[in-house]
Amino acid sequence: MQGNIACAEGALAGGCTFFAGYPITPSTEIAEHMAIKLPKQKGSCFIQMEDELASMAAIIGAAWTGARSMTATSGPGFSLMMENIGYAVMTETPCVIVNIQRGGPSTGQPTMPAQGDMMQVRFGSHGDYSIIALCPSTVQECFDLTAKAFNLADHFRVPVFVMGDEVIGHMRERIEIPDVVQVERYRPLPQGVLPYTPVIDNIPGFAPFGTGRYTHVTGLTHDERGYPDTTNPKRHETLVRRLVDKIESKRHDIADYTMVNREAEFIFICYGAPVRTVQEVVDRRKISGTGYLQLRIVWPFPEELLGQFPNVKAFIVPEMNLGMISREIERHVKVPVFSAGKVGGELHTPKELMKIVERIRRGI
Amino acid sequence: MREDWIRSDRLPHIYCAGCGNGTIINCVLEAVDNCGINREETVFLSGIGCSSRAPGYIYTDSLHTTHGRALAFATGVKMARPDLNVVVFTGDGDLAAIGGNHFIHACRRNIDITVVCMNNHIYGMTGGQGSPTTPIVRTSTTTPYGAEETPFDLAELAVAAGANYVARWTSYHVKELTKAVETGLNTPGFALIEVRCQCPTSYGRRNKYRDPVDYIAYLRTHAILRDRWIRTAEPGEEVPSDSFLIGEFIRRSRSVMGVPHEA
Repeated sequence: MQGNIACAEGALAGGCTFFAGYPITPSTEIAEHMAIKLPKQKGSCFIQMEDELASMAAIIGAAWTGARSMTATSGPGFSLMMENIGYAVMTETPCVIVNIQRGGPSTGQPTMPAQGDMMQVRFGSHGDYSIIALCPSTVQECFDLTAKAFNLADHFRVPVFVMGDEVIGHMRERIEIPDVVQVERYRPLPQGVLPYTPVIDNIPGFAPFGTGRYTHVTGLTHDERGYPDTTNPKRHETLVRRLVDKIESKRHDIADYTMVNREAEFIFICYGAPVRTVQEVVDRRKISGTGYLQLRIVWPFPEELLGQFPNVKAFIVPEMNLGMISREIERHVKVPVFSAGKVGGELHTPKELMKIVERIRRGI
Repeated sequence: MREDWIRSDRLPHIYCAGCGNGTIINCVLEAVDNCGINREETVFLSGIGCSSRAPGYIYTDSLHTTHGRALAFATGVKMARPDLNVVVFTGDGDLAAIGGNHFIHACRRNIDITVVCMNNHIYGMTGGQGSPTTPIVRTSTTTPYGAEETPFDLAELAVAAGANYVARWTSYHVKELTKAVETGLNTPGFALIEVRCQCPTSYGRRNKYRDPVDYIAYLRTHAILRDRWIRTAEPGEEVPSDSFLIGEFIRRSRSVMGVPHEA
């Protein structure tokens, strides 16, 4: 199965009933697959919108009726979605956005892989906020992580991102589809509680439209009733801090990762397609002194994990950008961090990574 | 009861003295009430601007969205829950400038929502900038020497783009406006009710309609019933540049999206 199709199948298995999208390479197969499947499913909807601004808006509208909603895109469309991603954050709307990354900036390389949107996904819309971003490195993970994204979105009431790339999206691998996919829905708004009063862990309960709770939803700074209150500094600070804290305070619980050779001196930190090259170097070629940390969830960044490598002399970060996550790692650790950023649309080769290890080994 | 539809705990509202928006909200609430619509099954949406603050005062589920995008959000709500009544409040800047693309595509899809556009020919909330419906020669803070661009005719645009029901009234014609909103709610497919209205603060002040009544008087005297115009105008005769047509522009039954039996 192809990565993009696995992503769509994972969404369906996770209970997605609403997809709005706009065609864009290299993510289009996801929309095409949803266009086949959703109309055959009672109560579900596929709609092709006029642009990505509208796609993002439509999935938020659908989410407020209680539907599990999703869109899929790539860099240029992702940029257009930023406006309404901020709206989803501010209104605490659960929804899933898949970004099959390609080379940027601008139209860039439509058919080539990249990981250049890893900072945009975290910071791209204006204002302070926090989100959750998952990074599949296999077709199996495309399925599993997309299904999981819906549970995280509902639980935390936040837009959740599946940050794939062209390699993973268009790769074909055998996958195992589980008999049952765990589905955890949002916490319903308890009777007598205001729609924006946090119930547990800084997260409010959810009352979809049409359930008689008469919720007012606005992107303006609002009080617990959901009513605008835009000039009260305390109100704004409390709201924004809660939006950030509800994610960041749970980053340890949210973290999803694999650690290999924890005692090694040279630790690769990787996510998405570069994981595959790292696995070749560490698991198969067994280059001495190497281990790795694969992050399946990059945001919120699980900084606690960085302290779990007792003998580490250097972290090496291969990513398909000029060192986005490597800089994030750098600010949490005292050992040297070597960025192995690569742009152009080709994966790292095992040789390239082995050379970096050798260079560092000689230098130390 | 119309009062049941108002969030009285939100009062006082933000509208200026003499603003036309209150009249229009009043007509819309009277219309939903006359139609016997259930509050629990109704969602009001809006974008950004003075007009778009309206849903915040209405006691239903409501989504105050981003600038220009209300129709795209409404499409999501309606396609996911076709049994809900979906009404959108918007303004000339929200609908015709930043939201122009969503507007024509919502008309083309003929999605079953009712849109009320408060057209005051100006950006009121940001302090009086020119909009795509500011008439030629009229002044605003961004057209200090008079507007030079040809304005959009929103009703004709909606007709051309495929909407099933299109009407234009003014804040003077409250009975006809209420009736038009009722017809819009009862017509499957996309309904646009354009309402020309006064903005004494931003438009009137710069265009010799300082008193709200001055502009309402203008709306009354320069509105020409579309049916009468069609009957009496000479072939090829243009509507005088300071006048405009009111009434029903189209009522038809093209195929629609987002109605329960088709979902």
